Amino acid sequence: MSNVLAVLEQRDGALRKVSHEVVTGARRLADALGGSVDALVLAAGAVQGAEQVGRFGADKVITLTNVAFGLYAPEGYARAIAERVKSGTYGAVTFAASATGKDLAPRVAARLGRPLAQDVTDLGVQGGAVTVTRPVYAGKALLKLKITGTPAMISLRPSVFTPVERPKAGTQETAPVESPAGRVVVKQIKAAEAGTLDVAEAPIIVSGGRGLKEPANFKVLEELAAAFAGRAAVGASRAVVDAGWRPHAEQVGQTGKTVSPTLYVAVGISGAIQHLAGMRTSKVIVAINKDKDAPIFKVADYGIVGDLFDVVPKLTEEIKKLHG
Amino acid sequence: MIPMKIAVCIKRVPDSETRVKIASDGKSLDEAGVKFILNPYDEFAVEEALRRKEKAGSGEVVVIALGPTAAQETIRTALAMGADRGILLQSDRIPLDGLEVAQALAAELRGAGFALILFGKMAIDDYNHQVGPMVAELLDLPCVTTVAHLEIDGAKGVAEREIEGGVEVVEFPLPAVLTTDKGLNEPRYPALKGIMAAKKKPMEVKTVSLGGGGLELLALTPPPERKEGKIVGEGAAAVPELVRLLREEAKVL
Repeated sequence: MSNVLAVLEQRDGALRKVSHEVVTGARRLADALGGSVDALVLAAGAVQGAEQVGRFGADKVITLTNVAFGLYAPEGYARAIAERVKSGTYGAVTFAASATGKDLAPRVAARLGRPLAQDVTDLGVQGGAVTVTRPVYAGKALLKLKITGTPAMISLRPSVFTPVERPKAGTQETAPVESPAGRVVVKQIKAAEAGTLDVAEAPIIVSGGRGLKEPANFKVLEELAAAFAGRAAVGASRAVVDAGWRPHAEQVGQTGKTVSPTLYVAVGISGAIQHLAGMRTSKVIVAINKDKDAPIFKVADYGIVGDLFDVVPKLTEEIKKLHG
Repeated sequence: MIPMKIAVCIKRVPDSETRVKIASDGKSLDEAGVKFILNPYDEFAVEEALRRKEKAGSGEVVVIALGPTAAQETIRTALAMGADRGILLQSDRIPLDGLEVAQALAAELRGAGFALILFGKMAIDDYNHQVGPMVAELLDLPCVTTVAHLEIDGAKGVAEREIEGGVEVVEFPLPAVLTTDKGLNEPRYPALKGIMAAKKKPMEVKTVSLGGGGLELLALTPPPERKEGKIVGEGAAAVPELVRLLREEAKVL
């Protein structure tokens, strides 16, 4: 009997959606290991949406509260999670490979003296041991690993583990925890513009490259992204980020973000190998480029050869019709 | 000013333009013809260390790499940028398990009196994204990862790190472990003078023995090929057909 602990995330007291993916991954492992899923969230108080994760397969939802846990408290979170893991019989612990998860998981793993597989895109169980697949070289190759010993520590790449409804009891439990003051303190979150999606988590990415010719022209991509009614983020190639046209947060590729959205629209991007590496696991790729020989067309499911300044506004118009 | 003694942990990695070919063992990269570079995220760490030392007016920047003999070249690159000395923890095998790497580095760093220990946020080969914070845990030091903006005043620092939909502002005391993100600074190119000087800078080579770790490599495989796509058409006239295909064939709209 080997249970799985799913570490959820909250912001401003509301559960982040990526948590549903973490529970979904945990449920898959728990079914294969023959155990149950405990979902754990750390917060200052009750977390809105925590009661919902039973739908995705959590048997129990535990909220650990401390006044210092409203914002991410790296040391306090790591200590509380490590203690929880030690107190149970967990075969695996799943995190989101989000900004927080990628920071938190190594801390917990080191405390437990366990190896960590970050940014996992597939998982399974082989002869009682957890196996994972993770992209390396920015997705130019896949590494399949067997994790020996327990618990298996894993973080799951966002947008890969599509939430699956697997209703379980989802019993609620809230417990205050002691936490000595952390040395590292998150003072505040400077929020991006309301409604801005991060490329690492957006289901649709509209990405631009040098073909946009100048920074102001990204407006046509922002309009296309907006037409997807809050589901799309704007991404960028390394060339335009290095040129200072777009922030690094938007960069897709080997020195930016590796993304796996449902739909990736590459506009005016020729498709350098380091860019292709970062987006090739997208479910559907559309390329719009005036050069019919551009390498991007080799990975695209659908391509349009043409002037992006004609094609993109037309696409925006058509998408608006769908959402109209 | 207090002298800034700073360690930067760096890694030798295949260039980002590398076309990955799997070796015949099905478990490793075929290194024939592969160009190796200083991990791009580590360049930000080296640059930040140099700037902090320059600002303090005195101090020392020590670069440490774990890797094969050839990683001495990577250390020389950082020395050419301006670091003072290098340490190679020599191991032909770089463990898959980041905790093994972290333990070897922590053993070297422990008690050495560094005010800052810097890492790139991740290496662009294994994407492990973990060694920095693991070293911090092992040394019981405060740690901030993926730092894109940094201010240090005496023994206190304020870092900014990008999170989904915003930026976290994080306070921490020194000594500390930080991992650096793109955007923190603009790394300098080694000048000829620096390259010449680097040849004479001290480099210590220590053999390390590493444990097996808890990860067993089953296979390294190419990603699944994407099936051949199609050109829907040319110009704006092709857009309605594209949208139809996205709706009816790909079912993503």
